[in-house]
Amino acid sequence: MNTWSSIWGFPFGRLTLDALPVTDIVRADGRTELLSGITGTAAAGMAVLGFVVVVILITVKGWWRPLWSEWLTSVDHKKIGIMYIVFSFVMLARALAEAFVMRSQQVVGHDGGGIVMPDHFAQLFTTHGTIMIFFMAMPFLTGMINFVMPLQIGARDVAFPVLNSVSLMLTIAGGLILMISLVLEPFSTGGWSGYPPYTEAAYNPGAGPDYWIWAVTLSSIGSTFTGLNFAVTIYKKRCPGMKLMRMPLFTWTSLCTSILMIFAMPPLTIATALLALDRYMGFHFFTNGGGGNMMNYANLFWLFGHPEVYILILPAFGVWSEVFSTFSGKTLYGYTALVIATMAIAVLSFTVWVHHFFTMGQSANLNAAFGIATMTIGVPTGVKIYDWMLTMFRGRVRISVPMLYAIAFLFLFTIGGLSGIILANPSVDYQVHNTLFLVAHFHNMLIPGLLYGMIAGYTMWFPKAFGFRLDEKWGYRAAWCWILGFMGAFFPLYVLGLMGMPRRMSGYFSGQWLPWTIIALGGAVLILAGFLALIVQLWVSVRDRKRLAVPVGDPWDGRSLEWGIPAPAPEWNFPSLPRVEGRDAFATLKASGHDLGPPEDGFEDIWLPKNAAFGPVIGALGTALAFTLTWYMWWAVLPLAALVPLVIIAQGFRRDTEKRVPAEEVRKEWRAFRELAARTPRVPRTSEYTRDNRGHAIPMSQEATR
Amino acid sequence: MSQTTRHPGLNLGSKHQSADDQAETEVFGFWVFMMSDAILFGLLMATYVVMRPNTNGGPGPQELFELKSIFIETMLLLTSSVAIGFSHLALKHEPRPVKMVLWLLIAMALALTFVGFEIHDFLKMFSEGGTPQRSGFLSSFFALVPLHGLHVTFSCLWAVAILGQMLVYGLDDRVKLSMVRLAVLWHFLDIVWIGIFSIVYIGGLA
Ligand SMILES: [Cu+2]
Repeated sequence: MNTWSSIWGFPFGRLTLDALPVTDIVRADGRTELLSGITGTAAAGMAVLGFVVVVILITVKGWWRPLWSEWLTSVDHKKIGIMYIVFSFVMLARALAEAFVMRSQQVVGHDGGGIVMPDHFAQLFTTHGTIMIFFMAMPFLTGMINFVMPLQIGARDVAFPVLNSVSLMLTIAGGLILMISLVLEPFSTGGWSGYPPYTEAAYNPGAGPDYWIWAVTLSSIGSTFTGLNFAVTIYKKRCPGMKLMRMPLFTWTSLCTSILMIFAMPPLTIATALLALDRYMGFHFFTNGGGGNMMNYANLFWLFGHPEVYILILPAFGVWSEVFSTFSGKTLYGYTALVIATMAIAVLSFTVWVHHFFTMGQSANLNAAFGIATMTIGVPTGVKIYDWMLTMFRGRVRISVPMLYAIAFLFLFTIGGLSGIILANPSVDYQVHNTLFLVAHFHNMLIPGLLYGMIAGYTMWFPKAFGFRLDEKWGYRAAWCWILGFMGAFFPLYVLGLMGMPRRMSGYFSGQWLPWTIIALGGAVLILAGFLALIVQLWVSVRDRKRLAVPVGDPWDGRSLEWGIPAPAPEWNFPSLPRVEGRDAFATLKASGHDLGPPEDGFEDIWLPKNAAFGPVIGALGTALAFTLTWYMWWAVLPLAALVPLVIIAQGFRRDTEKRVPAEEVRKEWRAFRELAARTPRVPRTSEYTRDNRGHAIPMSQEATR
Repeated sequence: MSQTTRHPGLNLGSKHQSADDQAETEVFGFWVFMMSDAILFGLLMATYVVMRPNTNGGPGPQELFELKSIFIETMLLLTSSVAIGFSHLALKHEPRPVKMVLWLLIAMALALTFVGFEIHDFLKMFSEGGTPQRSGFLSSFFALVPLHGLHVTFSCLWAVAILGQMLVYGLDDRVKLSMVRLAVLWHFLDIVWIGIFSIVYIGGLA
């Protein structure tokens, strides 16, 4: 290799054939190494195959043009929301497969050996955690807020539609980096929190931690923009009369989540950026020597990491609030208390981060203070649980699919919360930290809390996005698999943790652990079945979309503004901006018989943002930059980095950014909608899951008196 | 949104209500963005305070910082902020953009001189063995102070882009909005510099 190529890394940098997982098979020495190589190659092969199949499908069907002009360049908040959720489902599939491999390894890895090498196992838990947090959970909830929140506040779009597209594309860029790392190995072995000095160049000189740094950085910048965008949207884009204390609870939790994103994502960006400076330029922030201090990282990372927990859970709390009131046919009990509790949780979330390193040598007094602060979060959360239960009290509860998840959530989340209170006690934490007890605890919060919430929200708002309901039979099947699967997979981990089994372990020799790992594997199988059931549900529902159609747009007797417009929602959301008189805006309109919207003469021309290629271009540049930085292809890094400001400047020169929808067109569509509604019979709640439900609900208040 | 809720200073002088409403949203959004940026700088300052004693046997603030040049830099930056203020006022009160452009150019010249001084300081520190690789203290210094300088440089680049847009489109609403936000950024960077001046330099020498 000549000097020029070693300085400039031309053309492949430090990327060699060793990066292909197949080399693991070729060089395998022993059965486990061979199996490990095969596992890795199979995973990479699936990723490549999936990619090729998708490309062929799009080409054969001639979908490239619509994909570009109707989706990728779209700045419509509803489409961006849908893209976020599609992306998160893809990433969920990968992270679930990894979880399944890890659980299998812990069964067959008893007495050594197994199907993956320890180093490979370490990559698995790192990608699993990174994906689940940054590329499954965050996109899922961001997509949910994107789709629902502007509709709930009666807005046309978010405050900054193009920035919204940039956020999405930065998130996808990070996800692409993770998918590439499956094919061009290795990924980081440092866990989702990437603790130095283990992730420093001295111990981990390969490409792994660099992949992790750039994937996480891209997504955290995207999330910062998202938070900013949502917060400004809620402050500035509410329709007339939508006072703060009239906003639906989901919008409230979106607001608090956004504020958390604005303040909690920068610490993560700082943490990863400083780690990059250490690794790339020999700085001494977190190194062992040279005046570095790892505790800087621990503080920065968890200043992000703890509020992140509430970024994840608050939107789900919002969904639960909507689910409990809608499917109990009642106003939400304790609205004000729920709002105050949400804000209290958001504030408290910034005061507890030290509980993530009780054992790292600070004083007992400090630990005690942070332990108590941690426990106080149980108070507002408890308030919420009671409010939701009281919402059901004397309501006409329908055990719909979202409601099934919601009730499972009440039980399971309470168990998880109690284990959290146990962990918040520093002296107990000394015993169980870094064991599977902790793993059980946070999965206990995030699966019944966040994931069930998101699936419930997906089930509830799907008809608004696509105009037809999701098949209920498969919905129940999926729900039961998720609920029982979760219990099977994670309750044994509490036991294993108390028995002392460390987390992130690929092999062990303690025979008494084995039965519990086998039960956990069984649970993982059920969870996988739950995911497959969701896929089948989608398939079946698309096939039967005529039978499941709900064009009038109010299939569940909804209470907030989004249910008063057709399904699927028109591009401009509302024909004219609604005027709101109180809480439960649409329920009030229905009760007074004025639910069919504005008079036909009140329409004006509507201006909507035009599509922009800016987002996808920034996303592509981000992916390319992250990839070339990871592999030291400096010849490409420099021009790519220079392109970023140029593209931004070019975007600033765009002027023709809006398109007009004539009032006449809006009027015509709205008239057609009203006619459709007038000839569509209203259905009572008992027929909610029959083909009679065309999305025209009899309001619960009127149904009771019939 | 009604006109009564608009904050002072957001009137673009345009006849169109919608442009003014847009101004309110965009400037508010930019303020929120600055809050997020303030967290970045705040955390880097905190890191600096923690790392300050970790000189690892290398040169410390006493050997490396030179107050005279820091004072000149501070004056340059503060004056450039005054110039941006005048540019902003001209945007609001003058029908023709001559004064606005003039003050913007003065602000840019002052800011770029500031950056020049700063680079000179860094090079001098390097020559005295004060490289970021030398110690945790210097790492934290070189993550914080040049990041501010980088912000100033990009603000100037943004100003050039705005001037370019004016050449093409004249003083339209987009240009006005960009100017308002640029002014916010400029003053924000001043505040950050006051923080750096007190915590890094004065605090380092104390
Ligand atoms: Cu925490």
